[in-house]
Amino acid sequence: MRNLALVTAALVLVGPFAARAADKPAVDPAKVDAAVIAAFPTAPPEWHSRFVQDETMKECSLHENSPPKAVADAIQKRERARIEYPADGKLVGDWKEGEKLAQSGYGLRFTDYPPRRVNGGNCYACHQLTKAEVSYGTIGPSLLGYGKVRNFSEADTKAVYEKIYDAQAAYPCSNMPRFGANKVLTVDQIKDLVALVMSPESPVNK
Amino acid sequence: MRARRVILALTCCVWAATVQTACAQESIGQDNIGQDSTEKAIEKYRHMLSDDPWSNPGLLDVDRGESLWKTPAGPNKVSLETCDLGKGAGVVDGAFAELPRYFADADRVMDLETRLLWCMEKLQGFKHADLIKNPYPRGGQPTKDLGAIAVYIANKSSGMTFAAKLDKPKEKEAVALGHAIFFRRQGPHDFACAACHGESGKRIRLQGLPHLTKPALISSKAPRAEKSQLRG
Repeated sequence: MRNLALVTAALVLVGPFAARAADKPAVDPAKVDAAVIAAFPTAPPEWHSRFVQDETMKECSLHENSPPKAVADAIQKRERARIEYPADGKLVGDWKEGEKLAQSGYGLRFTDYPPRRVNGGNCYACHQLTKAEVSYGTIGPSLLGYGKVRNFSEADTKAVYEKIYDAQAAYPCSNMPRFGANKVLTVDQIKDLVALVMSPESPVNK
Repeated sequence: MRARRVILALTCCVWAATVQTACAQESIGQDNIGQDSTEKAIEKYRHMLSDDPWSNPGLLDVDRGESLWKTPAGPNKVSLETCDLGKGAGVVDGAFAELPRYFADADRVMDLETRLLWCMEKLQGFKHADLIKNPYPRGGQPTKDLGAIAVYIANKSSGMTFAAKLDKPKEKEAVALGHAIFFRRQGPHDFACAACHGESGKRIRLQGLPHLTKPALISSKAPRAEKSQLRG
């Protein structure tokens, strides 16, 4: 909330339509909201929060994921403030559990209610991680050997935790979900994913 | 139906073989594991499908769609053969390549499926509410009738480039709305269409993703790599 003033200032400076080039079609945001809600006529009331965008979503949508510097800085500052760290200060969990989470795309989809399992991270959908798993996506960069090439450093371990918790704290308008900030994954699950990426024993680094 | 199963099974075999090829390639050069080998293996699978058009199970839906288009149905017991898809009543060749477009009779912009529903309602006498009940097939279930008809129509534009004019006021309005929705991020994963379809050459797992802001050649013969289920 303390960033609200800053964001408001940024909004006033940039203006809601200023970012759009002249050749881009303009459309009333209220009309867009209405069209999206109308597309899900059977959505139960508890899903309606999904149609509401937070400030970061609004900015990234408006700027088509290429925000001007002032907006990017504001997003980064706001998202950084949302990162919560484990109470015991330990950032590395169990890579074997992390591998399971990386494989699982379960959770929060319309067909996943009521929940039957814990949410997954679905990392392989977008990232290459291990040599063994050949079915991986390429929307995100390959993470093969990620920890090894960084000498398993403490600073990089912390950075990985933060990127999984809230990718937009590192890269404003990143395509990657804000797993911790949006409560898709728990702190313990994120620690297991940090282990998958950063442990010397993990197949990611073999 | 039996032929369909055989072809589906064959496609699965092709897929499995392709993945194994990828595995073999991966194990040969441990230091040379890149994303290229996987991409090459998928490319080989696509070639196997295109080299022998009859190997593609999607064609079964094209045939079924043609029969559905031509068979009298609904309370009015008429076929869809007089349906105007934008190029005149009954014209199917190249119709899909010019959709979506504004239709004066409906006073709105319609894509292929919307227009087909309109014709099923106005010509054949079906009720709109019945037509949109359970619109998508469940996992492992065959393509719905509407999907099959759409694939038949789309196949009649196979090899053409998307060429919707979109220059009328209502069409421009629809483009502006679609543009905003394409980039609109929402929900617990922050996703927008653009997250997966805003760049060329990207994949989810082994599934290649079309770059939807770039007009492309129309190919209705592209079933998903991992499920052998037709997606229009």
